[in-house]
Amino acid sequence: MSDSPKVSPERRKLLARLSIVLGGIAAALVTVPVAGFLLAPLFERVARQWRTVGTVDKFEKGTTVEVTFEDASSLAWAGVTGQTGAWLRRQPDGQFVAFAINCTHLGCPVRWLQQAELFMCPCHGGVYYKDGTVAAGPPPKPLTQYPVRVTDGRVEILTTPTPIA
Amino acid sequence: MQFLKTIWEWFDERTDASKVLGPILKHPVPPRTGWMYVFGSATLISFVIQVVTGIALATAYVSSADKAYESLQWITHQAFMGHLLRGMHYFGASAMVLLLGIHMIRTFLTGSYKFPRELNWVVGVLLLGLTILMGFTGQLLRWDQNGVWSTVVAAEQAGRVPIIGPYLATFLLGGQTVGGATLSRFFAYHVFFIPALIFAMVALHLILVLQHGISEMPDVNRPVDPKTYRAWYEAMLQREGVPFWPDAAWRDMVFGVLVVICVVFLAWHFGPPELTAAPNPTVIQADPRPDWYLLWYFAVLALLPHGTETYVIVGAPAIAATCLLVLPLIFNRGQRAPSRRPWAVASVVLIITGVGALWIEGVRSPWSPDFNARALPPMVVHAADAEVAQGAVLFHDKGCEYCHAVGGIGGNRGPELGSVGDRMTPQQMTLRILNGANNMPSFASTLKPAEVSVIVTFLASRHLADSAADAEPH
Repeated sequence: MSDSPKVSPERRKLLARLSIVLGGIAAALVTVPVAGFLLAPLFERVARQWRTVGTVDKFEKGTTVEVTFEDASSLAWAGVTGQTGAWLRRQPDGQFVAFAINCTHLGCPVRWLQQAELFMCPCHGGVYYKDGTVAAGPPPKPLTQYPVRVTDGRVEILTTPTPIA
Repeated sequence: MQFLKTIWEWFDERTDASKVLGPILKHPVPPRTGWMYVFGSATLISFVIQVVTGIALATAYVSSADKAYESLQWITHQAFMGHLLRGMHYFGASAMVLLLGIHMIRTFLTGSYKFPRELNWVVGVLLLGLTILMGFTGQLLRWDQNGVWSTVVAAEQAGRVPIIGPYLATFLLGGQTVGGATLSRFFAYHVFFIPALIFAMVALHLILVLQHGISEMPDVNRPVDPKTYRAWYEAMLQREGVPFWPDAAWRDMVFGVLVVICVVFLAWHFGPPELTAAPNPTVIQADPRPDWYLLWYFAVLALLPHGTETYVIVGAPAIAATCLLVLPLIFNRGQRAPSRRPWAVASVVLIITGVGALWIEGVRSPWSPDFNARALPPMVVHAADAEVAQGAVLFHDKGCEYCHAVGGIGGNRGPELGSVGDRMTPQQMTLRILNGANNMPSFASTLKPAEVSVIVTFLASRHLADSAADAEPH
């Protein structure tokens, strides 16, 4: 291919740069909304909400039971995955403590063993005492606690993001 | 036949297909490459199986958190050939992982990653990472209890990355909890993002193979010298090269067809893995486990020394990837023959042995409590003493049996206690139960003194002679 005498090297360089810049602009125009859409969850501030999990008299003193409630940001098509579980413990003095069901090791669901009064994780064998502190195994810290309150005789838990290490 | 030939000639004249593809198919390759060189093409065939079966599955799979499970149940148990199709997708994934591993080992042991094929290896390492990601995201798309909780485990691991971890976890989940956006995200990763990258990397891999040629069999008398290798290789091809099609390709075809037959047979005979319970983050009776090719990593996470998880979860993959990526840049010349590279052979043996041992541990999972441990039967307790019998009941009810086995019944998390009466005194047992020990909880606040006493009575009655007679299948 011979060089065209009608196009100077400077003009050719300009055209090349112009093409590259235009390509960059086009790519940016497409990338910005795509990246914005994909990264949106990182910047969303989901308003946490108090969810009622039952009346006070439903929970016996000294027991720990599983309660379920709806996530704060549940989408219509989430189905049952829009629900979250928690272990709710009513202390002998009547106070409530709510624990995330996620093991602090890697997030697996811990089970409450009423007779042994221990939480145990099926994945890697993490064990916690009834107050959520680590009893054995690999968990690096106690079970995460959710804010809980009693309002007009109802026990309420504050929706909280999945506890990530 | 003449009609088809006419159509081909018409098509070929307008596309120059035979002029473009002919030289590629018939490019010269070294002679005597043999059956060791079929694993790369077999991996590609496995990927093609995944693409074809995956597209078919995607026509019926509903990537919505509230419908995915039901749609997959329909595909598996009602759709015509759906069971076989899902099975092929599952065993195709297994074949791809296995064959890619063998291909990498062959490439490493024969030093085929050395000059001028360093970038082929680097692209191959990236393909390995993408393949593992495909396997993991595919497991999550089952969207059963295992899938949902594996998603949480994935987010937890991502969350361990310093500084950006929480953002990474939120990005993966599509929010701050598992929910409506999560499955759609993983579906997009599995069927669009990662396959697109695999297509691009496979194309680059093949271009580089054509560019540099298939490596010849290693020869101890001919170490790689970047200054002379290209000229020598070209001369060797001119002197004794054979056309890839069909002289070398027939082996790829034979092995590739065998792979397809195996995948279809396994899918027909065993079927896909059955889905666990429906996805419900509030149901805690879940026991998430990765598919077989990641079970060894599952074991790593359980066996790590306390407090080192974050370093290993973040650091080990980074170190492994770095080692694999820089390997051809550091060792790009010299001997290729395995007989002259004992460290290369030893490292492969070490890795296979280590991963194999961890894999076996992952299958056994002795660290997991046995939540289904049944009460000890009278033939194991063999108690004439009522207190011993009562202790056996408490041993079960108070959770001791989740971690400790007696007579083969119970968990393996702690020591077997079938003969504990021979090695510990009642006082030692009492102290151990009340104070706990390394990796054992203290029961001081949960057991009454009388309960401790009868449990110790039961344990003190366990002796080796009785244990051997009582042992029964777990």
